[in-house]
Amino acid sequence: MRLSPDEIIFWQYGFVKLNATIVFTWGLIFLLAVGAKLITRHLSTDLTRTRWQNMLEIIVTGIEKQLGEVGLSQPRTYLGFLGTIFLFVAAASLCTIFPGYEPPTGSLSTTVALSLCVFVAVPFYGIAGQGLSEYLHSYMAPTPIMLPFNIISEISRTLALAIRLFGNMMSGTMIIAILLTITPFFFPILMTVLGLLTGMVQAYIFSILAAVYIAAATQVRVTKPATLQE
Amino acid sequence: MLIDWFTVGAQIVNFFILVWLLKRFLYKPVINAIDAREKRIARELASADAKAAEAQKERDDFQTKNEDFDRQRATLLSEAAEEAHTERQRLFDEARHDAEELRVKRQKALQNEASSLQEAVSRRTRHEVFAITRKTLADLATTSLEEQMVEVFTRRLKEMDEQVKTELAASLAKSSDPAVVRSRFELPPEQQAILQKALNETFSAEIRIRFETSPDIISGIELASDGRKIAWSIEDYLMSLEEAVDELLQEKKQPKTNDEQPIQERTSP
Repeated sequence: MRLSPDEIIFWQYGFVKLNATIVFTWGLIFLLAVGAKLITRHLSTDLTRTRWQNMLEIIVTGIEKQLGEVGLSQPRTYLGFLGTIFLFVAAASLCTIFPGYEPPTGSLSTTVALSLCVFVAVPFYGIAGQGLSEYLHSYMAPTPIMLPFNIISEISRTLALAIRLFGNMMSGTMIIAILLTITPFFFPILMTVLGLLTGMVQAYIFSILAAVYIAAATQVRVTKPATLQE
Repeated sequence: MLIDWFTVGAQIVNFFILVWLLKRFLYKPVINAIDAREKRIARELASADAKAAEAQKERDDFQTKNEDFDRQRATLLSEAAEEAHTERQRLFDEARHDAEELRVKRQKALQNEASSLQEAVSRRTRHEVFAITRKTLADLATTSLEEQMVEVFTRRLKEMDEQVKTELAASLAKSSDPAVVRSRFELPPEQQAILQKALNETFSAEIRIRFETSPDIISGIELASDGRKIAWSIEDYLMSLEEAVDELLQEKKQPKTNDEQPIQERTSP
């Protein structure tokens, strides 16, 4: 039984290989980039604009608004990273409606890669936001005793991110595969619909959690002067 | 093994490529477009606000001007009404004054006319009365009346004042012509003789006399000599009566003109 699209290997040369995960990821990148390019080629700054432009504006401003609500004071700074996570995961889930398609997020390699990106991005934005020493001090807050626990939490939440997304996406495809063998006609469609919903929810959860982690890392700077004054 | 580390590395690279691509083709242009639109809307709103403020200001100005105009018009109207009222009062007073003057003038004219008519009537009446009297006495004048008159004349000669008598005597003596005795009718010879005798006795001299008749003498006898005259006739009485009546009328006229004063005072406003 195939658990991951990693197992479909189109081409291999020693360590280097071209599997379904990478190929479908390229497909998604192409779809997203070309779609965005086509739509944003003729953007209007007038009051009248195309439906496609409206759609893109709704998506971008919606993401921006969500990031602001999470607690990021300047959502535009993180829009490129967090917005792309959301769009990639969402697109990967939505494309499951195409037959023969395997979502790259159903591969643990992809989710680990994304989680690693978040794992690096949190200290990156934290240090950029409040400076190296301030950021490192936050690991020893409220007391230095908390240092190992903070480090463990940092690693475990990254792991949790990767496993959660992988589990959900993998289970979706697994369930459909199993149901196809049992009730091949009607029920798998319902499950696909459910899978679409789950995929969107997972995209939301993944990006929002990443936003929350980054916000937690950068927000110290804002709250600290207030505590000092007390 | 579920994790293929080559795939992980490749996916990380893929992810960053996607981030870069989306930043370039999606986020930046869309956000720029939104910002540009927001700026444009803000600009248009600001300009609309400015226009609205200007319109409001203009409306206020217009309203103020309108109110000023209304106030001015009301003032002018009230002034005009006041003037018209004053002018009307003035014209009314003038007309009343003119009417009053006219009335006074007419009254005066009427009074004048009345007084002249009255005068004419009185003159005419007087004239008629005297004419009737003269006619009556003339009708009554007969020879016997002449006799009576001669008798009266002689008596008066005798009763005459001494001074007058001497003056008349001197005049008679001085005159070369005979004295003239005039009467209405021819005196009979006996009467003439009585007269001659009476004159002679009165003046103690022979008086030459000539008898004449005159229609002017209504009834009576007149002795004239060298400009001096002694007479008794009804004409004399009538003449003196007429004079007295004239004097009376003149006196009556005088107070009448004085009476006009209070009338004038009453008519003036």
